[in-house]
Amino acid sequence: MAPLYLMQTSVTDKQTAAPGSVAATRLKQQRGRVEMLAERVIEAVIHLCGFSSIIFVFGIFFFVFREGAPFLAKLNLGEFLFSIDWFPTSQTHAKYGVGALIVGTLSVTGLAMVIAVPFGLGAAVFVSEFCSGKSKEVLKIVIELLAAIPSVVWGFIGLTVMAPIIIKTFQVPIGVNMFNGALLLALMSVPIMVSISEDALKAVPDSFREAAIAMGATKWQLVWRVLLPAAKNGLLAAVLLGVGRAIGETMAVLMATGHSVRIPHSIFDPVRTLTATIAAELGETSKGSDHYQVLFLIGILLFSITFVVNLAADLIVKGIRKQ
Amino acid sequence: MTKNFLSNRGSHAGLILAAGALLLTGCGKNDGGAGGGKKQAIANIGSDTMVNLAIAWADAYSKVDPSVSVEVNGGGSGQGVAALINNSCEIANCSRKFEEKEIADFDAKHPGKEPKEFMVGYDALSVFVHKDNPMTEISIEELQQLYMKDGKLSKWSELGVSNIPGAKGDEVILVSRQNNSGTYHYFREAIVGKKNEMRLGTVDMNGSKDVVDLIAKTPNAIGFSGMGYATPAVKHLRISKKKGETAVEPTIATTLDKTYPIARPMFMYTAGEPAPQIKKYLDWIVSDAGQKIVAETGYVPLPK
Repeated sequence: MAPLYLMQTSVTDKQTAAPGSVAATRLKQQRGRVEMLAERVIEAVIHLCGFSSIIFVFGIFFFVFREGAPFLAKLNLGEFLFSIDWFPTSQTHAKYGVGALIVGTLSVTGLAMVIAVPFGLGAAVFVSEFCSGKSKEVLKIVIELLAAIPSVVWGFIGLTVMAPIIIKTFQVPIGVNMFNGALLLALMSVPIMVSISEDALKAVPDSFREAAIAMGATKWQLVWRVLLPAAKNGLLAAVLLGVGRAIGETMAVLMATGHSVRIPHSIFDPVRTLTATIAAELGETSKGSDHYQVLFLIGILLFSITFVVNLAADLIVKGIRKQ
Repeated sequence: MTKNFLSNRGSHAGLILAAGALLLTGCGKNDGGAGGGKKQAIANIGSDTMVNLAIAWADAYSKVDPSVSVEVNGGGSGQGVAALINNSCEIANCSRKFEEKEIADFDAKHPGKEPKEFMVGYDALSVFVHKDNPMTEISIEELQQLYMKDGKLSKWSELGVSNIPGAKGDEVILVSRQNNSGTYHYFREAIVGKKNEMRLGTVDMNGSKDVVDLIAKTPNAIGFSGMGYATPAVKHLRISKKKGETAVEPTIATTLDKTYPIARPMFMYTAGEPAPQIKKYLDWIVSDAGQKIVAETGYVPLPK
């Protein structure tokens, strides 16, 4: 009762006309009820929006798990994770070892980050601290444009443009390899890193900058000793989001890494990633077969890897916050 | 290239598209009310190698005879045979002949009938190398040692080839296909052997055309693809059965006289004499219009 009454008075307060009339009061009371109802409906809708992401995540996990789960009973986990024998369509004895695919995914992602982190953070520092006015706007727009290029276009560039250049430049036998894929992934994850790190740097209060300059710090000392440590949470989040982008990418790596099941010995060896394997093989497996179920298990594995990355990011950020 | 890459991705995707196209044409017809009566559906199940060709035929035939809808499914030659035996399809696609056991099973289910065989075209694989590669021929044995797991050959010098212009190092880059494509299966069966595994570490491309494109850019590479996918940027090799024997050029003629060793006929089977509608479809397939599609999809058409 009390909230309704409060609501009522607030409505009356706003609409000061004819406070004496009984009919008018009743009308306002009704209007108040309608507003209350609308309020509740909107609240429910917003609740639903909030929870929908949870529902979707669990829904996706449920369906992927349901398709892959029947194979779990037959699965030799050690062989699945550590064997490099990937013979899913063998006629005599099929083997499902994804060890080489895991190494492929991790190595391509790792190399991509080695390239992307310095460039991404460097670009963010430049845009946020060294750049102003028109050039800053132009740079930001162009970097965002980089994010708008579809991955299949990147893959195409890797396959047709970069492969021959890599063969000539590095004197290697094959141009579609880990380096080619990592370069594409780096280019794809740089935009996301730049925009988030730039936000993180922007969030550092100007008083920090003023204090540093007042102490006689050079621009470099300001960035290295003051801004980067102050923004480290945001920068770490930016890097990890880039990692997530790189692990999940499919089309570009399918086209540019060479798609070859092996443990790479150099960065110019072709590799195969978990995502590309699913993309290449799922289309032609018969539904419900062992091969089909194993491909869904790979999906679960990918899900777990990204979950661990995100959780680690969360914990690290929290840990830093506590200090 | 990208389009081809996507279109080769999966027969299932192709099937869905084809089914969608058939549905659409069906709807259009009903709206017009011209034909009246139900469309006759022909179930066509079998070989994955033939599935793209079968879909292309079904698609084109829907314009030739709108009263018939051909529904294509892959799954493998064995599945097509099983479906024909169990009466769950009218036409079975087979990239091999019926095996004796399958004929026995068929006779048990269909007394007095025989599986009727229609040869509809050939599937020939070419072995390609970069256009600057001096190699001109290779034997089946050498291919086996290259592509087999724990095979003995992995260097160009071991194949007697040196100084490939533009090549870096001695390593043979083996180009292959994704492991559930029909081409991969046939190559494994014909070259590596049923009991052996393919070598790990081959570069697995996702379409016949992609294999050729990669070889064109990689002087160290060797790979296999349908004969129809040859381009000026790659060179096909003559194939001999054993080293020292005469090597044969992959052509339509050598495919037809069976001197070229990695080619095979493609068949369609019906249970006994086909019904008139189905007979009409099979006749159309071996007609010029149907055989033109064979050539367009990269297979070898029947001799005229």
